Amino acid sequence: MNWLTNFVRPKIQKLVRPKEVPDNLWHKCPHCGHMIFHRDLEKNLSVCQHCGHHMRLPVKRRLELLFDGGDYQRIELPKTVADPLRFRDGKRYSDRLKDAQSKTGEQDAIIVAHGRIGGVNVVVAAFNFDFMGGSMGIAVGEGLVAAAELAVLQEAPLIAVPASGGARMQEGILSLMQMARTTVAIDRVKEKGLPYIVLLTDPTTGGVSASFAMLGDIQIAEPGAVVGFAGARVIETTIREKLPEGFQRAEYLLDHGMIDMVVPRTRLRDTLIQILRLLRLPGPAGEVVALPVDLPDDTGEESAVRG
Amino acid sequence: MNFLDFEKPIAELEGKIEELRHLSDTDDLNIADEVGRLQAKVDKLLRATYAKLTPWQKTQVARHPDRPHFLDYVNALVEEFTPLAGDRAFAEDRAIIGGLGRFRGHSCMVIGHEKGHDTESRVKHNFGMARPEGYRKAKRLMRMADRFGLPVITLVDTAGAYPGVDAEARGQAEAIARSIETCLDLRVPLISVVIGEGGSGGAIALAAGNTVLMMEHAIYSVISPEGCASILWRSGEAAKDAAEALRLTAQDLYKLGVIDGIIPEPLGGAHRAPDLAMAALGDAVARSLEELRGLDGGVLRARRREKFLEMGKTGLY
Ligand SMILES: [Zn+2]
Repeated sequence: MNWLTNFVRPKIQKLVRPKEVPDNLWHKCPHCGHMIFHRDLEKNLSVCQHCGHHMRLPVKRRLELLFDGGDYQRIELPKTVADPLRFRDGKRYSDRLKDAQSKTGEQDAIIVAHGRIGGVNVVVAAFNFDFMGGSMGIAVGEGLVAAAELAVLQEAPLIAVPASGGARMQEGILSLMQMARTTVAIDRVKEKGLPYIVLLTDPTTGGVSASFAMLGDIQIAEPGAVVGFAGARVIETTIREKLPEGFQRAEYLLDHGMIDMVVPRTRLRDTLIQILRLLRLPGPAGEVVALPVDLPDDTGEESAVRG
Repeated sequence: MNFLDFEKPIAELEGKIEELRHLSDTDDLNIADEVGRLQAKVDKLLRATYAKLTPWQKTQVARHPDRPHFLDYVNALVEEFTPLAGDRAFAEDRAIIGGLGRFRGHSCMVIGHEKGHDTESRVKHNFGMARPEGYRKAKRLMRMADRFGLPVITLVDTAGAYPGVDAEARGQAEAIARSIETCLDLRVPLISVVIGEGGSGGAIALAAGNTVLMMEHAIYSVISPEGCASILWRSGEAAKDAAEALRLTAQDLYKLGVIDGIIPEPLGGAHRAPDLAMAALGDAVARSLEELRGLDGGVLRARRREKFLEMGKTGLY
């Protein structure tokens, strides 16, 4: 893929920098403070074995954990206008973008992939929190539009996995417009009678939570994930009092009727498989009623869905 | 009359005119001449100032307390206004007002943020910052309009959705998302006008319309200049710089293809001559409705959706 060219720089930097051995081998749980050996953490899907705290997962690891056999195909996303406002604060937005691109090796904060989960063909749009806090600008909107189109084309359920602080300020009003744009996109999936499932991960706030991320047929959240509209700090300064215990956490949303379930990472895939099969294979258990349609191989859409 | 900082020279001149007028009740020709001369100067200064307001100055004008607000527009433009209250689930949120009415002879649904004009009404309307109930009421009223084939007119004027514990507990994010979804699903015309401040998600919740207009000195932004400054510049002092960078003026939004038109304001802004501003809005909305009248519901819906699907295809440069 073309972004591979961007890979060269960070790799060289890695060679020059001395290896930070202790950091790589031991991780400190931000919740309980226990030191966890990296192999244990990996085995435990980045969940602390002492307190159950769910750490943020890198997006590619997330995709690996979702798909059957960790196997998925990415689609290349259409190019969008970069830095439409020529925004600069202390630094140019175009430079911030380049930094994020070389740091992550990705074009922007979303990955769209398709593959099978429990044998059911699905499209997944997953946010990359490491890319500018997963903020949603035009490129992320474009990713969700492409994911929705692919889901419709493949007659596949769409799973959105937000991890985002909200709209990308540096794209101004155009990032706000992505709220309407993504809402139309996912609605097209729903109109086709296809399931739209949202897996809320830490954090999902601002303009992302107030659009496609709250419109799933089924809303699942990871334990402890912060999900809400206004930032906790903003609320605190507005009301000038301490926020309640567990405020805006997944469990709080569950108690307030805002989501269907809170599912630990270790059970996430099984839960998704069960839901997908209930919705997509409605015949008596085991009987395959409607196999998901595969990609057409002779359409002009091919280039849009190259892996 | 409240004067903004940058209007001080204008305020001083107008103060002088006022003094002169008080000086003599007689028909002193010299004084009348002087008043006329000063008035001309005021107009010239107003024209010059308002022709090139900076984004930060526009932000202040957009928030001007004397600017006409939702209920002023409704009183001036809508006959038989019949307010409808409540979200049918939890509460009546007066930050968003809505109801049936007759606009230029035609029945319609009118919905908008109301900021209030004095301490008492500002508290009553929560300064135009809605809780989930406000958006859920808006959704309910839009659905009703859809059912009866009535066009919807929304007037946007909010600093943003209310950031509070109760609002979050009752699903602020979901309420806004559903309101946007409803805007985009209607089979009747939806005309939205940003009359003052279009603050982030709380604004677009009512503004995903077939035709989106802005008053000449209104602003519409993903985040307030102050909020943006405190995050990106790490200082609220930089709000002026943030206002520049965010491109939040009607003129920039028009260039970006985010809005469909700009409604001219009277000389010196809507707060100087509210009646003229409200009449201009009435004419613009009537024209927009006329363009959409007779279109099939499916077409109205499809066009609106296509429009928002295209958002962000072009930048300013
Ligand atoms: Zn722990």
